[in-house]
This record gives sequence, C-alpha cells and structure tokens, in this order.
Amino acid sequence: MKYLDEYRDPTVAVGYIRAISNLVTRPRMIMEVCGGQTHAIMKHGLDRLMPSGVTLLHGPGCPVCVTPVELINAAIALAGQDDVIFCTFGDMMRVPGSKRDLFMVKAAGGDVRTVYSPTDALRTAIANPERQVVFFAIGFETTAPANAATVHQARQRALDNFSILSAQVLIPPAMEFLLSAKDCKVDGFLAAGHVCTVTGYTEYEALAERYNIPIVVTGFEPLDILRGIHMVLEQLESGRSEVSNAYPRAVQREGNVSARRLIDKVFRVTDRAWRGFGIIPDSGLELSEEYADFDARRRFALEVTPVAESGRCISGLILRGNKTPRDCPAFGMDCTPDHPLGATMVSSEGACAAYYRYGAEAPTTTSEPGGQT
Amino acid sequence: MCLAIPGRVLGIDTDERSVRTGRIEFGRMVKSVDMTLVPEAEVGCYVLVHAGFALNVIDEREAELTLGYFAEMAQYDETDERGE
Repeated sequence: MKYLDEYRDPTVAVGYIRAISNLVTRPRMIMEVCGGQTHAIMKHGLDRLMPSGVTLLHGPGCPVCVTPVELINAAIALAGQDDVIFCTFGDMMRVPGSKRDLFMVKAAGGDVRTVYSPTDALRTAIANPERQVVFFAIGFETTAPANAATVHQARQRALDNFSILSAQVLIPPAMEFLLSAKDCKVDGFLAAGHVCTVTGYTEYEALAERYNIPIVVTGFEPLDILRGIHMVLEQLESGRSEVSNAYPRAVQREGNVSARRLIDKVFRVTDRAWRGFGIIPDSGLELSEEYADFDARRRFALEVTPVAESGRCISGLILRGNKTPRDCPAFGMDCTPDHPLGATMVSSEGACAAYYRYGAEAPTTTSEPGGQT
Repeated sequence: MCLAIPGRVLGIDTDERSVRTGRIEFGRMVKSVDMTLVPEAEVGCYVLVHAGFALNVIDEREAELTLGYFAEMAQYDETDERGE
C-alpha cells in the first residue's frame, strides 16, 4: 500500500544501521513512548540490529497498559448493569481488573460490544434508545479528537442515552515525570508520531530545552523508526538538544488545529493515575463542564476507588527505562499475556507482551530488517 | 493503539447535520470515515485514518523528500559522514 511499503525497504535499513554504527561514540539510551513503535521495534528486530552502544528503552507508550485498575473496575461494574450496553476497543476486553475482566462480564451475560470507532458506539445508542450506551474512551492524544467529535455529535443529536467513561491520557506530562526523576537514564526520546499529528510538537520544544534532551518526532514503519534513532544520535553526538521531525509527511509543527480546538472545547485537563506510575498531575482528560452530561461517572454516580497493584510486578521500573522485561523473575513464568500481573503485559503493545511475543522465537543474529506486515 | 493507516479519498458526502463522511480506499478495501477533523481534505488526496476518523492529510511533497533521504541512505557505506 502507498505510504507503507516504501518505508520497509531492507536495503535502506542496512544503510541506516551502518550510519548509526558509524555515528555513535559512547553508550546511548533512547526511549520510545508509543506502543505501536515498541511493537514495530520488536517485530522487525530493530533492537537487535543496533550497535552494542545503543539501547532502546520502552516507555509508557500504551494507553491500554497505563489505564489504572480502578478505572478497569469501574468499566467492569458499568458493563455488568442490566440497562447498559458497554462499548470498548477490543484491546480492553482482557485487561484484568481486581477480580474480573470485560470478557468475563460478557460471558456472564453482560452486553459488552467491541467497536472499531467511537462513532460505532454512537450509532449503537441511536439504534437502542431504551438502553444506556457507555463508551470506554481510552487513548492518547491521537484518539482524543475522535472521542471529542463523537461526544459533540451526541450533543448535536441531543442523545440522552450515550455517555463516555474517559481514561484519556496525555504524553508530555508523562515524559516530564520520567525526566524529572533523579535516576532518569534516557538520553533521547522518539516522540510518538500520531500523537504529534494531532498536537504538533511545540510542547516538546519546552521539554527539550528544560531537560537538555533531544526529542525526534518519529513514525511507525521500520525505516521511520531507524530515521528517528539516527536523528536522535546526530543531535547527541553534536551536543544539540532540540525537537526535530522525522515524520514530516504526517506531522506539522502546529499539529491539526481543528482537532486541537475540538479537544479543548470538549475536554478539560485533570490529574490522572497511570498504572505502574501513580498519579501524574495534569496528565488526563475529562469532559469539560459544557459536555459533563455525557460523563458516565456522573450519570451513574460511579465511585472510582484507587486500588493497590501487585507487589511482584516491576512495570513501573520498566516504563521508566530502569529495568527491562528480562530483569523480572515473573516474566514468562507467573506473568504471561494470558495471566498478566501488570501494566506492561496486559496489552500486545506493552513492552513485556512484545518481548514475550517476539523475544523468545525471533532469531538473534541474522534477522532480516524491514519485513512485511 | 495509536495505529493510523493511510488511505486515498474516493469521495466525500455531507449529511443534513453537516457531518462529512469520506469513502476511503485502503489497498482493495473501501471504508466510510468521519472527515470532521480534516476540512481541507479533497478527493484524490491521502489521509491518515485512526478509530474511524481521518486525522490529517498526508503531505505528499514531504513524503517525496523523505524517500529522497532513504535513496541516499541505501547507498551509505562506512566511509560516508552524511547527516540530515
């Protein structure tokens, strides 16, 4: 397909690996903050193609992973109500709450439906006026405009049986949370391309300056990722720390202005708990006062009570880049994608799940760059 | 989760509530996509689609420039010291 296949050419990948090996003079730690990139790095074996000095760290880039247990519990409680049709993206179905997951609610007779778009949930509400339809609005800034536009359309139609449970989170506050830690090991960031398609990257310019760190806006195909890594290393080796854009076909500096305006209208910024991290100030989105009628928490008077996480899971340290999945004694033993203990194993885009999926079976020395999807 | 797929705009319809819906071609598949967020999109351009919404119009000139860098990188050997 156009704009995909040409970004997977193995001969270009070989050129980038050579250029990266030639460029790097000391150990460097580069973190991506996008589960799609984590998945692509593991799938195409890019981590194993790096020269020994370059380590790829996998940050808090998966919104499914970082959704706190208490919100999963709230979703499960809602989904079990008789008058509710609960709509969710498929990835949330098997994320465990304290006792159950959404699959178990569905198996027990709950009306839980997986959707591809929030507008599918809206159509479900229009088709079922006698039932309450709740959409589990998870995601980063990439998904926020779709959710905002859907709530706006619900208000235009004066729908009184549609609401959302928002678990929307924002990436720059999480990056700042990592950077402000004393033991932060990250030398440079790959910024998540599609998040920046929406938001642009002016907010990252302030981070790069304040923390003296290169940030490169990066796409998702293997060559996009190699280009991002190369550009981070170029900055590090020449002593620069700024924001540059390795994904200009999809990202402009100011982002999508229509989308940003809609997000600002429909949502307001709030503190949010991240699975593995705890509360990060100003890192989430809830509906603004103007759209508060569509907030499932208000409509159902939901109690969201914080829940302690498994003491055996080290996902908080993995998401900070201080440990890797292989450092965890539970990895692949007591903790697997079927029985995850914590954040980084619960979704296929989490670092532990990606290591589990690709780490064990992939070749370690002769992996072919730029494979097909 | 933040996956977005590029597709070509075959047509755009506007309903009675002014909601614009595009017919978008992905390889051999055609899907309906909400075009609210891309008022500038026209028939024939490529858009990035996420969760049923077009997020932006792909900048074809920038895409060509990137492919130009890639063509140079395919020729890279250890004696080179080129950057971007």
